[in-house]
Amino acid sequence: MLKRWLRNTTMATALLITPLPAWAQETPQQGGDVLITYKDDIATLDPAVGYDWVNWSMIKSLYSRLMDYTPGTPDLIPSLAETFDVSKDGLTYTFKLRKGVKFTNGRELVASDVKYSIERAVNPKTQGPGAGFFSAIKGYEDVSGGKATTLEGIEAPDAATVIFHLSRADATFLHVLAINFASVVPQEAVEAAGGDFGKKPVGSGTFVLKEWTIGQRLVFERNPDYFVKDMPHINKFTVEVGQEPLVALLRLQKGEVDIAGDGIPPAKFLEIKNSPAGAGMIVDGEQLHTGYVSLNTRIKPFDNVKVRQAVNMAVNKERITRILNGRATPANQPLPPAMPGYDKSYTGYAYDVAKAKALLAEAGFPDGFQTVLYSTNTDPQPRVAQAIQQDLAAIGVKAEVRALAQSNVIAAGGTEGEAPMIWSGGMAWIADFPDPSNFYGPILGCSGAVSGGWNWSWYCNADLDKRATAADSMSDPAKATERAAVWGKIFTDIMADAPWIPVINERRVVAKSPRMGGSDKIYVDPTRVINYDAIYVKQ
Amino acid sequence: MALLIMRRLVQTALILLGVAAITFLLLYALPADPARMIAGRSATAQTVANIRRELGLDQPLLVQFWTYVQGILQGNLGRSYAQKTDVGALILARLPATLILMAAGIFVEVVLGLTLGVIAALRRGGAVDRVVMMASFVGVSAPQFVVALLLLYVFAVTLGWFPMSGFGTAAHVVLPAATLGILGAGWYARMVRSAMIDVLNQDYVRTARAKGLSSARIVLRHALPNALLPIIAMIGIDIGQFMGGVVVVEAVYGWPGIGQLAWQAIQQVDIPIIMGVTLVSALAIVLGNLLADIIAPLLDPRIRAR
Repeated sequence: MLKRWLRNTTMATALLITPLPAWAQETPQQGGDVLITYKDDIATLDPAVGYDWVNWSMIKSLYSRLMDYTPGTPDLIPSLAETFDVSKDGLTYTFKLRKGVKFTNGRELVASDVKYSIERAVNPKTQGPGAGFFSAIKGYEDVSGGKATTLEGIEAPDAATVIFHLSRADATFLHVLAINFASVVPQEAVEAAGGDFGKKPVGSGTFVLKEWTIGQRLVFERNPDYFVKDMPHINKFTVEVGQEPLVALLRLQKGEVDIAGDGIPPAKFLEIKNSPAGAGMIVDGEQLHTGYVSLNTRIKPFDNVKVRQAVNMAVNKERITRILNGRATPANQPLPPAMPGYDKSYTGYAYDVAKAKALLAEAGFPDGFQTVLYSTNTDPQPRVAQAIQQDLAAIGVKAEVRALAQSNVIAAGGTEGEAPMIWSGGMAWIADFPDPSNFYGPILGCSGAVSGGWNWSWYCNADLDKRATAADSMSDPAKATERAAVWGKIFTDIMADAPWIPVINERRVVAKSPRMGGSDKIYVDPTRVINYDAIYVKQ
Repeated sequence: MALLIMRRLVQTALILLGVAAITFLLLYALPADPARMIAGRSATAQTVANIRRELGLDQPLLVQFWTYVQGILQGNLGRSYAQKTDVGALILARLPATLILMAAGIFVEVVLGLTLGVIAALRRGGAVDRVVMMASFVGVSAPQFVVALLLLYVFAVTLGWFPMSGFGTAAHVVLPAATLGILGAGWYARMVRSAMIDVLNQDYVRTARAKGLSSARIVLRHALPNALLPIIAMIGIDIGQFMGGVVVVEAVYGWPGIGQLAWQAIQQVDIPIIMGVTLVSALAIVLGNLLADIIAPLLDPRIRAR
């Protein structure tokens, strides 16, 4: 028997389980133009390719996907899908599409577009970083291995129906259909762009790209045909690129800019925060992020669990949050507090220098040892690494800080036996979607402990891997709470082996002008950073 | 002259090939794996391997270099890893902005340097000379970003005379050009001063004075043109140097030129863009020097005679 979720039921449930956000009491105004600045140019707006935190939000607004999230929350809702069914074994997902949805080139969006888009994201020729997310779909290996171009596991029997057949149950599959890589694109527009679709995007989202002057600005205008009434709220947003964060902030203070996308430079944070106008400017939100120190379990003496536990006790996380001007909270487990499965009752390794020393002596290192701590070389990461270095020195561990360009640190982490410790700040894990499994596979699971992988601890626990696979097979949405608890236990059990020192959960800071309306949560949206669909201008 | 140009063009081709080879080797020696960078955090090993294969990064170094050189010969600088678009087109789109900034910067430095240099030479040993020399010393040694931020703070934030950043109007170019110009003007002032002092001691200047010519005429008509020769050579060299020097200025003022493009590419390990910008900068340096070599004999018959 199939389990049926009607759209209205899902939306009603989402609304019931989510505390009504404060901004729901404010009626968003329609209209207005907004100016946003970023330091870096926009790399690409191709949803199968784009994968940085700046273009992520823009791609979200240019395209639609089968699933989406309630703005400002991690709650899934159907989007292009009108209804969907999940088979009891969790292996078949059937979606019915909304009728009358149009691409911005005027053509109606049909089921075969969904199939084409996902196949394109998986096809190696696309060079898309998100291909692996679709690995549960039948036939994935053939397409990703270049043996086929169509996915056996996706059917489009008619214009309004898409059926997915999975090779294994995957509880995260609905989230996967909500990430940017699952955005639906028209084949004819991709082909007409001749390999330059990232600069000439066509979708069915809330906005249309009207102008892109390379290195200067991008102009997004409201899509008048968007399928949700009264969305988006603003008429237009212009993104100016190449703007130094400090200059952007000065412009914001003068009223020239509405949102300084890169936030407030660390050196200016306290000054702005303590200024009379500052409080209204700063948006400080929780994100699904954990900053950690990886302890390479294949390098001596970190192959000894007692050593790993000892260094866990040696790091003063409170001091590190002060170094970051309070833009973080101390962490004690891999999952961040906003993630389902986070264990509030777990206290982790308390900061205790005496106990750390004793444990180190017990492990056979009464006089400590010498090691290397890698970090990226952009502020404030070297300062955090130095704080950790000082903490370790207090228990006799002499760590040489090696602050390098991000790419070099990533390369060292992915080379077996290379980096004993890495401070992950500036490159650390921010969830692709709000599900605990996203914090396991690549960074703590055996599949990530390979050359070029992201599991810099080189930690591989076959038993935990089995439990992780079992947790991901619990695809019945009714068991979501139970599944989150299973995941939570996996992460606290990992901490017994201490392959990481979880250090902080960083908060994202955005600076906005007082004329911008809406809850802080839509400026630091857990699934898309700035939610351009939901922000509005106060009239 | 034709022979000189021919010889220089051959040299240019060889220099560019050398630059391409060295840059290629240096970038290849980086421990970073571009495929891993493009693939991002969540990518599977299969995805990374696929990207590596698609980019040809699994080929031997020599094969990769030969493919690249073949591309250059056909006017193809490759495709950006991060932006998935043609590098040549990206550079061309940004080159005009850098050229405008460069021209304006050179204009500021020449006018400022020349004026200060002449004044200092004429007031040699006096207070004005000392002040100018001190200022030029500060100008030469001040870090670019400090000057950029200072000008920005005073003239854009506090006084509001110029826009803080961006591109498009004449007002936008003033502060970035002034930043570049002030820094270069120091060198020019010192050079013009010593050349002028040299020229002012020449016999023909003494003769001119004896004939009763006005000081202004002596300086403008007789002394300055002769003191200008090293300046011409320096402008040629500056064209090349500016290509490398605009990175900071472009970043501070949000100027959409190739300096900014290069800076972002370095952070993303976008090798095709780094290679492309390096080659264009090398070309600019070589062409700038060539220009100086061509113009100097046209202006000075003594060089032609040699």
